[in-house]
Amino acid sequence: MSIHRSHILVCSGSNCTLRASVPVRMALRAAIADQGLDKEFKVIETGCFGLCQEGPIMVIYPEGIHYCGVQPDDIDEIVETHLKKGRVVNRLLYRGEAEQEVTLPSTPFYQRQHRVVLRNVGAVDPENIEESLARDGYQGLAKALDTMSPRDVVQTMLDSGLQGRGGAGFPAGRKWDFTLRASGEPKYVVCNADEGEPGTSKDRLILEGDPHAVIEGMAIAGYAVGASQGFIYIRGEYQLSLQRFRKAVEQAREYGLLGSDILGSGFSFNVEVRSGAGAYVCGEETALLNSLEGRRGEPRYKPPFPANEGLWGKPTLINNVETLANAAPILMHGAQWYRSLGSEDCPGTKVFTLSGDVANRGLIEVPMGITLREIVEDIGGGIPGGRQFKMAQIGGTSGGCIPAEHLDIPIDIPHLDDVGASLGSGALLIVDDSHCMVDLSKTFLHFFAHESCGQCTPCREGTMLMRKLVDGIAAGSGTRKDLELLERITATMRKASLCGLGQTAPTPVLTALRYFSDEYEAHIDSGRCISGACGVAVGGMKS
Amino acid sequence: MIMLCSCREVKIVREDVKEAVQRCGREKHQLLEILGQLQKGTNFLERDTLVAVAEELDLPLAEVYGTATFYSLYSTKPRGRYVVRVCESAPCHIDGAADILAAVKAHLGVAVDETTDNSQFTLETTSCLGVCSVGPAMMINDEVYGNLTPDRAVEILQSYN
Repeated sequence: MSIHRSHILVCSGSNCTLRASVPVRMALRAAIADQGLDKEFKVIETGCFGLCQEGPIMVIYPEGIHYCGVQPDDIDEIVETHLKKGRVVNRLLYRGEAEQEVTLPSTPFYQRQHRVVLRNVGAVDPENIEESLARDGYQGLAKALDTMSPRDVVQTMLDSGLQGRGGAGFPAGRKWDFTLRASGEPKYVVCNADEGEPGTSKDRLILEGDPHAVIEGMAIAGYAVGASQGFIYIRGEYQLSLQRFRKAVEQAREYGLLGSDILGSGFSFNVEVRSGAGAYVCGEETALLNSLEGRRGEPRYKPPFPANEGLWGKPTLINNVETLANAAPILMHGAQWYRSLGSEDCPGTKVFTLSGDVANRGLIEVPMGITLREIVEDIGGGIPGGRQFKMAQIGGTSGGCIPAEHLDIPIDIPHLDDVGASLGSGALLIVDDSHCMVDLSKTFLHFFAHESCGQCTPCREGTMLMRKLVDGIAAGSGTRKDLELLERITATMRKASLCGLGQTAPTPVLTALRYFSDEYEAHIDSGRCISGACGVAVGGMKS
Repeated sequence: MIMLCSCREVKIVREDVKEAVQRCGREKHQLLEILGQLQKGTNFLERDTLVAVAEELDLPLAEVYGTATFYSLYSTKPRGRYVVRVCESAPCHIDGAADILAAVKAHLGVAVDETTDNSQFTLETTSCLGVCSVGPAMMINDEVYGNLTPDRAVEILQSYN
């Protein structure tokens, strides 16, 4: 292996790619080659560094200097000044920190984070398995196969207290336990990578940045529950994830980390990569199973649960990407270590994508129990443009809206439940006071009316009716009776819908009504939009 | 009702279907993959294609049609060479997605779910594309674009002409 003076890491995650990281990388490689410096400097493509808003991001080691917003035109200066003369290019340092050579890890954005799942994201080339292996990749699997029985693995997962990271928060170890105990052969492991919740892209960035962590988690799960075949179902819109994951699976196979008799243990496991085709409801586990079988992605009645009757009616463990990426660190460091992170009721960390009206948007991983204020103000860097925080929607469009009065709420399942919200999949949409809650509710409901699969009546009709009512209120033609009707529809949907889509679709509107009822009432009573976002008068003033 | 279309000769359609089935496998669970492959050339699935897939996989046509119409990335109606999908989910909405959609509509001269007269572009809206840190966003065929302004969106569309 050749030794290089510097390693230059360039983000190749989707968000940086949209900000021209590919031309940057090509220009850098060309400039280094032109000057005959390719033996001294190595350019490496990595996954997401987190601060997507500042992209494309480049990190130069061993100094650890981060450059933000790098464009192809900046490359000559970086090569001449930094690489050749060893001087930092101040103007490209993270926002206004110039002259002090502040490295990104020392900013509050990184200081308040704790990276377990994202341990290798932004640190390794996701298309080179050797980089993963050099950073303990597949060590969790090796430990399980060498020193633990399947029952031991399941017990460790149970003891860790890890809750599913896909939205429902069901204890992961219990799913593993049910599947291990289930009778029926063969058994399957399915990784749910149909990340569709608006505002969430953490699974995509994990898949793009460290696919081997997910493959390793799937193999560990396979060993634990007694499955030798795994499937991963990735959203059809995530072309880069699909392409990287397929490559990672091939490499793992070449290295004997997938296939038969893995590491001489006698355990065999394979992973097949499948693409979705655009249906939010397929994030629901039984809908996903139907889709994997080549059918319409309509949810199934539960019970039976997938642990007993899943894919093709066989026992199936189905877990989210982030849940599975937690498995190897838990096995490596133990359940007690995992419990030492996070809060009493919610051990561990949680990965979020921060979007909306916040200074630092991007990918973050925080210990459970951190407050919303710490995320918004310290990590997020506050609300830009001199505006005020209005609300945070946590968990995506099916999640609740949390107003400023609850900014100090600890982010974990029980505390969020207290305010009518839920942890959800990992979206944190920050909204400032220039936006109108009625207008936003309209957006939420158009989404659900479009994405309801139409199979069960409460959801199919409920989402359409809610949309119609809120459209009317937003346009200034609503009445107080509409609010009562809205409450009745939401109650029916929550109780009677077949799957999580219909049960949670009312959540954003219910929390909007609970915390921002004045905005709804102003639209109804006086045709006035308080925030001004809908125009001063909506549909003309009413008397 | 399935769109009747005689865009291509039935013989060619059948050959394409046979090839896709050979590549993906004949099992029913490969249906999504097969439909995805077949849609690549034309951006939509014509009736003859669905009939041929049903025959190849020995499935009822209704089942193939039911699957094809369930997923938003598939279409049984003719679409343009480029499918433009503007994100209208909440994170893009607060970033000004409505202005992007208005600019795209004005530039293309079509409403949502319509195709331009020259069959180049079909305009659709989409749920979240998962690039919310760099919204507002749109997708043209498989390519995603972020950090849009109305002008930038139009520039991008012009580059496809």
